[in-house]
Amino acid sequence: MTMSMTVSMTVSMTMSITGGQLWVLVAALSLFAYLCKALGFVVVGSRVMPALVERCLALIPASLLAALVAKDSFSTGQALVIDARAAGVAVAVVAVWRRAPFILVVAAAMAVTALVRTLG
Amino acid sequence: MSELPGDSPRNSSGEVVNDPQRKRVVAASFTLGAAVGLTALSFGLAAVSAGASVWQACALSLFTFTGASQFSAMSVVGAGGSVATAFGGAALLAVRNFVYGIALASRVSTDAQGRRRSLPRRLLAAQFVIDETTAMATAETEPRLARTAFWVTALSLFVTWNLGTLVGALAGSLLDSRALGLDAAFPAAFVAMLPAHLRTSRGRRAAATGAVVCLALTPFMPVGAAILVAVVGVLFGVKP
Repeated sequence: MTMSMTVSMTVSMTMSITGGQLWVLVAALSLFAYLCKALGFVVVGSRVMPALVERCLALIPASLLAALVAKDSFSTGQALVIDARAAGVAVAVVAVWRRAPFILVVAAAMAVTALVRTLG
Repeated sequence: MSELPGDSPRNSSGEVVNDPQRKRVVAASFTLGAAVGLTALSFGLAAVSAGASVWQACALSLFTFTGASQFSAMSVVGAGGSVATAFGGAALLAVRNFVYGIALASRVSTDAQGRRRSLPRRLLAAQFVIDETTAMATAETEPRLARTAFWVTALSLFVTWNLGTLVGALAGSLLDSRALGLDAAFPAAFVAMLPAHLRTSRGRRAAATGAVVCLALTPFMPVGAAILVAVVGVLFGVKP
């Protein structure tokens, strides 16, 4: 496993599903996202939800987005790694802290990652 | 409003046409929608570099139309995850749109006279129940301004989001993603989406737990599955 991970690190992104499977994902996700939107907006409407449920639902993005940052910064497949992306993400954190617009945050992270990779 | 109700010209739904409040809301909503839509340039680029076709990237923006879920799904796919793990994380992120729908229902699903809009119209509006429309519409206390904020944000964002995705995806299909550091686009995008959720100590606890759990489990689980388990961070956030 460790060997194959080392090899796959030379290609930073490797899709292991087929194009057809990706279409299934696109369709399923679109349907699910729409159902979430419509269920709240059209079906449940302005009825009141239990406070605990509402609080839990509101916290999901915090946990998931932080987990996604961790995964995309420090892992390749199942291997934990520190590479050029870590420098890019560090710059992104500073840019967000300085209230840079979204597109600039992403561009700065990409540029620094590419630069570190070229120099390294 | 300072002017007398009869003074201003009204449109067919009885709303005042020449209306500075409304102009302010239109300008703010349009600017926000268009600016956020530009974000989709990076989504199109990143999605294609993760393995999507231009059409798949565009389909995600047209039909899924909720940014964090789109980024999440393509991030897991790009890392070698399965359809199930990519769907799981993205679907959990989409659940917040359910909460937004509830918040918006009383504000934008009625007309100027307080009557409920037709079902087809509400089903159409549901597609636009996302972070930005919720933020803009719930910031207005007057129902008519909330409706304007919702629709102007929704339409300007939808147009720029989809154009941005197309341009980004086309550019991405021509470029060498690794040389450009495109693999850093995903984590950077998630970093940029996080601050809104870190304003409370509950949010910060949930985020810290989520990140730690995800990294601790990554070596032992299928790609993308640790993201799903990281949702236990919510339990650490929710306790007082």
